Amino acid sequence: MIRRVDTDVVVLGAGPAGLAAACAAIESGARVVVVEREERVGGILKQCVHDGFGVARYGLKLTGPEYALRDADRLASLGAVVMLEAFVSKAERTDGGCRLACVDRSGVVELTAGAVVLATGCRERTDRQVFIHGDRPAGIFAAGLAQYMINVQGLLPGRRALILGSGDIGLIMARRMTLEGMEVLGAHEIKSEPSGLSRNVRQCLDDYGIPLELSSTVTAVHGSRRVTGVTTARVDAAMRTIPGTERDIDCDTLILSVGLIPENEIARSLGVPIDTATKGPKVDQNMHTLAEGVFACGNAVHVNDLADYVSESGETAGRSAAAYAASRLKTGGRAPERRLTPLDAGPGFLYAVPQFVDLAAPRRGELAAFYFRSRATETDGAVVRMSAGGTALLERRYPALRPPEMERFELDTDAIAEAIAEGDTAMPSDRRITLEMGRRSAL
Amino acid sequence: MIELKEFTCIECPRGCRLAVRIDSGVATVSGNSCPKGVAWGAQEAVAPMRGLTTTVRIEGSSRRRLPVRASGDMPLSRLLDAMAAIDPVVVRPPVRRGDVVLADLLGLGVDLVATDDLEADAERGAE
Repeated sequence: MIRRVDTDVVVLGAGPAGLAAACAAIESGARVVVVEREERVGGILKQCVHDGFGVARYGLKLTGPEYALRDADRLASLGAVVMLEAFVSKAERTDGGCRLACVDRSGVVELTAGAVVLATGCRERTDRQVFIHGDRPAGIFAAGLAQYMINVQGLLPGRRALILGSGDIGLIMARRMTLEGMEVLGAHEIKSEPSGLSRNVRQCLDDYGIPLELSSTVTAVHGSRRVTGVTTARVDAAMRTIPGTERDIDCDTLILSVGLIPENEIARSLGVPIDTATKGPKVDQNMHTLAEGVFACGNAVHVNDLADYVSESGETAGRSAAAYAASRLKTGGRAPERRLTPLDAGPGFLYAVPQFVDLAAPRRGELAAFYFRSRATETDGAVVRMSAGGTALLERRYPALRPPEMERFELDTDAIAEAIAEGDTAMPSDRRITLEMGRRSAL
Repeated sequence: MIELKEFTCIECPRGCRLAVRIDSGVATVSGNSCPKGVAWGAQEAVAPMRGLTTTVRIEGSSRRRLPVRASGDMPLSRLLDAMAAIDPVVVRPPVRRGDVVLADLLGLGVDLVATDDLEADAERGAE
């Protein structure tokens, strides 16, 4: 028999984004159902046994499980309905909101809700996505998978490992594998600078004398049943391998730390437009996607450096989803009006989030959070300026900007609305919101 | 004697580039953005200290490893010794976060404490 459950907000995923979203939605007065595929809440934080989480949010250096437990405790005290070991098999939008078919141990559950929050996190890029040639033996692991094996399953992935890429998870795993008795030969990064935080280069590689080889990559994997070695080579500025620099290195394990991609299968099935730069849904400052009633947060939207920021976007999404569901109930099903104005990020940026500002949704004095990544490393004092309707609203000088390090600023969206209203008499092009990068102040 | 050392501060994700000048045993730190950097840089220049997080074996549960941390920093040079001392530790449910699973690690004055809760496995009724 199909069980039917009607609620205000459904949150998909109980990692840091989903936990924060569920808590915020309940605190905003919504009835909430959380759908989580694992046996316990906490998401990937459960396997992140290292510390460094919560510096921004709590002023503490917590481990991943400690950070997750804080939100899990909060959610439990709020009395949320959490479906564990549950999967969404079908998702669709309806006149009243959305309908989801879920499967858990009790069977099929049909959830209807006024709003849904996508907190589905991200996935790791695999060897197939970085074009490693050669054989396909056992012993090639994405860094997060190796982390799961060691920290959750208690299994060592191998004895002698080489790391491709220098993302934070790879750096963290270099230390973790060394502490667990594995030999880590080095981290090879194709770019000319590390992808991870500099403090992780210090405390995960330098502390253990593990070399970081920049402008270097793996060109081939050897071995038939198990990895027996890899070939590395240096690359030029255009990332082409430099002939004659090949080195064969004996190892039984290749760890890949080559990036993360937002997980958006359900978003796609709901018809949510995806940003080609972030690979996640386009959202407004309330984490509302371009599909009415569908909200998204955390690493499902764009891959964040810090869990603290993931939680922040979850709080925003949860609060907004609750307000949206309540508004639809109050108006007999009519969706609240939105006035979406795009945020045009200039060529100096890899991306900026949110991609839109909803001018019909004033925050009543609350500030909206904006995030961006620069396209290139800027070390001579880049000036980032946000303007609306031709008026500069915020300008900030950064001593250094690096693509791996996400930047955040806050802005009053009511100020954006006012600037655009004033600009209405001028050229239509002045009705835009722009994010620019330059050298000099314009203010 | 004046000695100059450079480090990336690991106190927070910002990762400030610190310069430490040691003059007759007195450390002067620059490049920091907050007071934490001063204390960390001065310590790092003379005797690097690190936290330790790892896992211990679980028996009597469907879960295999329990995350743990040292309650305070220890010398960087002792981390591998600490891992060897932690290796034989086994815990059984229930464990609460904050519970000491190994007291006074290597006599360094820090305890090994649980960073996660471990409940007894839930009974699974006939389904």
